[in-house]
Amino acid sequence: MIRLAPFFGILVFLAAWEVLVHLFKVPAYLMPPPTKVFGTFVQEFPKLLFHGWITTYEMLLGYLLAVVIAVPLAIGITSSNRFDRFITPQLLFFQVVPKVAIAPLFLVWFGVGTTPKVLVAFLISFFPIVIDAAVGLRSMSSEMNDLARSMGATRWQLFARFRLPTSLPYLFSGLKVAATLAVAGAVVGEFVGADKGLGYLLLVTNSNMETALMFATIVALTIIGLVFFYIVEFLEAFLIPWHVTHRVREGAGTM
Amino acid sequence: MADDTYIRLDNVGKVYPSKAGPVEACGEVNLAIRRSEFIAIVGPSGCGKTTILKMVAGLQPYTSGTITVDGRRVDGPHTDLGIVFQDAILLDWRNILDNVMLQVDIRGLDRAAYEPVARHLLASTGLAGFEKHRPFELSGGMRQRASICRALVHDPPLLLMDEPFGALDALTREQIAMDIQRVWMEKRKTALFITHSIPEAVLLADRVVVMSPRPGRIVEILDIDLPRPRRLDRVPERFNEYTGRIREIFRATGVLAMD
Ligand SMILES: Nc1ncnc2c1ncn2[C@@H]1O[C@H](COP(=O)(O)OP(=O)(O)OP(=O)(O)O)[C@@H](O)[C@H]1O
Ligand SMILES: [Mg+2]
Repeated sequence: MIRLAPFFGILVFLAAWEVLVHLFKVPAYLMPPPTKVFGTFVQEFPKLLFHGWITTYEMLLGYLLAVVIAVPLAIGITSSNRFDRFITPQLLFFQVVPKVAIAPLFLVWFGVGTTPKVLVAFLISFFPIVIDAAVGLRSMSSEMNDLARSMGATRWQLFARFRLPTSLPYLFSGLKVAATLAVAGAVVGEFVGADKGLGYLLLVTNSNMETALMFATIVALTIIGLVFFYIVEFLEAFLIPWHVTHRVREGAGTM
Repeated sequence: MADDTYIRLDNVGKVYPSKAGPVEACGEVNLAIRRSEFIAIVGPSGCGKTTILKMVAGLQPYTSGTITVDGRRVDGPHTDLGIVFQDAILLDWRNILDNVMLQVDIRGLDRAAYEPVARHLLASTGLAGFEKHRPFELSGGMRQRASICRALVHDPPLLLMDEPFGALDALTREQIAMDIQRVWMEKRKTALFITHSIPEAVLLADRVVVMSPRPGRIVEILDIDLPRPRRLDRVPERFNEYTGRIREIFRATGVLAMD
């Protein structure tokens, strides 16, 4: 029953939206009722699918690139003080630079193709992953370190058997935050200059006042974001069940 | 000293550097621990008990004196031992049996040979049936028992325990103390046991080392001449004499207030 509560909430929200739009006779180009959005979504599904796939592809590529670079970087930062002192100030600097502001630059450098979108998605998902992975890799207690050394653990064992598993819950919280941001990254990339993708579709529908299709596009983006988030969460449950079961049990107590 | 000395601390001291200047944790520590002897260290908080234990394990360098274990000078982690910390520090991602077997895995010992040992230890500390459970499914006392099993599974000659009951309730403390006494009487390992509890020290130890407040010095070493197995529920008159004597020392050094 409890699992259905959010769906019930959404239904109430949609019903209220529908009723209010009809009650106040809001013109459809301002605010189409949910039934119309749904109708458009079904009707234009092939189009949404085509552009949605483009955006998904850019998002996934950027995200994977971020994971592949951020995780080793976090390992480097936490294994060597020298490297940490060298790289962390620069990381902070790039973290503060608004990624959205760099997007036009990418357009200048790489043209209107896939690359700039992938790069914006990469940049946006990169920092939460590095930061949370580094926090996780530093989270091992000094007593666990003593325990490992008293067993004669090698440097590699200390890392692979103790430090890395300890960091996984933190890493995954970064991965989940990044998953929700990556879509936004790809869309921003498309806003700046594209001829396909959901971000492009948003701009087109906006200038044509096709508000229902615009809403349908937003719905499509939301679905992509949600599905991606849950895939990462599923991976988490699969890879670190010990952490997830722990969390579920704690949550169950408060319900 | 006789040549059955297993651990020798010779004028050992430790000064920690810190932002507010060097902190002397302990100094002039002279102690010779015989093979198979059970030593308890009691002393006020911050007098360097944990420091001494870590120095003996080679986990913390000493800044003066020398420590030898089994005739060899300690100058880095030495691994012929098992350690029990105040917290169980079990790995969340391993079940209870595998947590005990961690000791075997890291050391590269033969899993098949040691698994029965691990199971036997778990059963003898009342954890039979919990081998496949995750650490968070156990109570604090059960977790600490598992960590004791982990410290013993490879049958080390030396057992180091740093306030292993510190986080437990009185009843559990007493039960685990009896477990430790039983294991020690079976295996006769050299044991270094740090505690805040005077009765626990007297209950378990052959000798109780009493320390002064920081910078920690050994004030007195008491021989506890009581027959084993000892019990907390029917203590002989001499038991109370020992605990009384230790309290007296603590009063004299200002650790316990006069009353
Ligand atoms: N890593 C460290 N760096 C700096 N100072 C330390 C460090 N560890 C301990 N000390 C200092 O050394 C002193 C002794 O610490 P230690 O942990 O050995 O005391 P203890 O007797 O085990 O105390 P407790 O009974 O509270 O556990 C303390 O005053 C503490 O401030
Ligand atoms: Mg201590």
